[in-house]
Amino acid sequence: MSSTTYREAVREALREVLSSDERAFLMGEDVGRYGGCYAVSLGLLEEFGPERVRDTPLSESAFVGAGIGAALGGMRPVVEVMTVNFSLLALDQIVNTAATISHMSGGQFHVPIVIRMTTGAGRQLAAQHSHSFDAWYAHVPGLKVVAPATVEDARGMLVTACADPNPVIVLEHGSLYNETGELPDAPGPVDITRAAVRRPGTDVTLVTHGGSLGKALAAADELSADGIEAEVVDLRVLRPLDGETVLRSVTTTHRAVVIDEGWRSVGLSAEVAARIAEEAFWDLDAPVERVAGLEVPVPYARHLEEAVLPQVADIVAAARRTVHRG
Amino acid sequence: MTVTPSAEDREHALELLRAMVLVRRFEERCVELYSATEIRGFLHLSIGQEAVAAGILPLLGRDDAVVATYREHAHAILRGVSTRAVMAELMGRAEGCSGGRGGSMHLFDAGTHFYGGNAIVGGGLPLAVGLALADAMQGRDRVTACFFGEGAVAEGEFHESLNLAALWDLPVLFCCENNLYAMGTALSRSESETDVALKAASYQVAAWPVDGMDVLAVERAARHALTAVRAGGGPCLLELRTYRFRAHSMYDPERYRSKEEVDRWRERDPIPAFTSLALERGLLDEDDLASVEADVAEEVDDAVAFARAGTDEPVDEVLRHVYRGDTT
Repeated sequence: MSSTTYREAVREALREVLSSDERAFLMGEDVGRYGGCYAVSLGLLEEFGPERVRDTPLSESAFVGAGIGAALGGMRPVVEVMTVNFSLLALDQIVNTAATISHMSGGQFHVPIVIRMTTGAGRQLAAQHSHSFDAWYAHVPGLKVVAPATVEDARGMLVTACADPNPVIVLEHGSLYNETGELPDAPGPVDITRAAVRRPGTDVTLVTHGGSLGKALAAADELSADGIEAEVVDLRVLRPLDGETVLRSVTTTHRAVVIDEGWRSVGLSAEVAARIAEEAFWDLDAPVERVAGLEVPVPYARHLEEAVLPQVADIVAAARRTVHRG
Repeated sequence: MTVTPSAEDREHALELLRAMVLVRRFEERCVELYSATEIRGFLHLSIGQEAVAAGILPLLGRDDAVVATYREHAHAILRGVSTRAVMAELMGRAEGCSGGRGGSMHLFDAGTHFYGGNAIVGGGLPLAVGLALADAMQGRDRVTACFFGEGAVAEGEFHESLNLAALWDLPVLFCCENNLYAMGTALSRSESETDVALKAASYQVAAWPVDGMDVLAVERAARHALTAVRAGGGPCLLELRTYRFRAHSMYDPERYRSKEEVDRWRERDPIPAFTSLALERGLLDEDDLASVEADVAEEVDDAVAFARAGTDEPVDEVLRHVYRGDTT
């Protein structure tokens, strides 16, 4: 085991993929000479050369679309869109092309592309650099969507995504790049199909993912001090959603809090809550609680930004409500 | 000057005529089938524009790739997708070239590297750039022909894609079918600069305007451009000035253009224009015309019969192909 950062774990995955698959290449804005906006690809240009670590113009639609075309042409592109906010400029290519071609062509063509993007708020970057569109991508059949929240997943899910024959969106929460964690010296394969129980518990299930996982774990610690044992489920994969793991936990704890940084209405938390309501209604001892982003463009000022995002105290309070109601 | 045409020239003339007539008669039959509700959805016909596809697609090699738009029956058929598979697709049959999932706007065929009808204006251009990038990176000697209408020129993807293709010297032949109207919006009402070739030139993409109603002119220009692209000089663009005789889709009020304008263009119909020339030059005779028509009629009848006899994919298979299951 060695200690590493989330950033280095992503870079390690890219290095592994570029080394082991000659069809793989990385492209995006400033991934080469600059080393990546978040320094994820630092050093890869020198190691793999400009053919395979390609700087692109600021043309999100064209370079994402070109990645889709290259995937159709037999390559295994990893496209970095600097942030999810800019990915909207490529949304047409992602939703109308990458997600549709396999089905629309009757299975003749497939698009093995990985599109990585930084997501989320919490760094005082204001509305246009703080969006969470996890639910938007998770809404689309034909895409796979993953949100690695740990160092091990940052490496492993990306490696697995690169071997997947389908378009995979990888959401890397911006607050995680400096997080450290343990990575096995010879890390094994990591699945991109299942949610993970990050902390076992018996009294309430906290369902979350990505940048909110740390907050949910902190909340669980606080609740534990109070005698409430929370089970923390990290969704990891947002499409296809692993409802089974969530339901298995909820049928044990009989209470659920869904935490999502994205806006509450019509968001990921709504989907998870609906599934619990549909399939575990008779197991519930309390209404499902949601802790989600307030419905406002994320503001700049620190105290305002904190106020609109799920915080540990909000999660603790919601969990307590479920327990006391039961 | 009277020169006796060679057998080769005669054969070539027959092929060009057959290509245009096949597409014309196929699409005329589509009109009937649409009226009879055997074909549904949107149906965009290229009647009037046949010289473009007929002049370009037969020049492509077996390995070359094609990206097209939602007005792509001609491109698919002349690329070699069978009229049976195209007609079956229009009727939504499992035997269709997209298994009945795409319809008129989304014809796909892996066997002929036909990467689809794309119904998002401009959406195919980045795809073509990527296909060409894959070829360049894999050292594969092929060209991607990318068809789009002049309406796509207003989309950012046109500009982004031409820039990227030129920046990376990629083997794309951009074929802009300028039929003057993006649905009902005339080029002159939507663009401050209406010269498409000039726009391309600003990205260092070699570009030529071509009379898209003259199949020989199209063929000449395409041959020249393909040679340049194959030589590794990066992308080229042909602006093919053409005209659709019918509505944007099956029916539209045509308030955006005058009947006189349509009639003027109909006088330049590429099929009679080529036929007259070929007869005049002794390349074809009346018997040839009759035999082309008879062959084509037979092929279209056969395609319709095949499609009608086709099967419906079971509804419980509808989720197939959303994802590809195996890791590759």
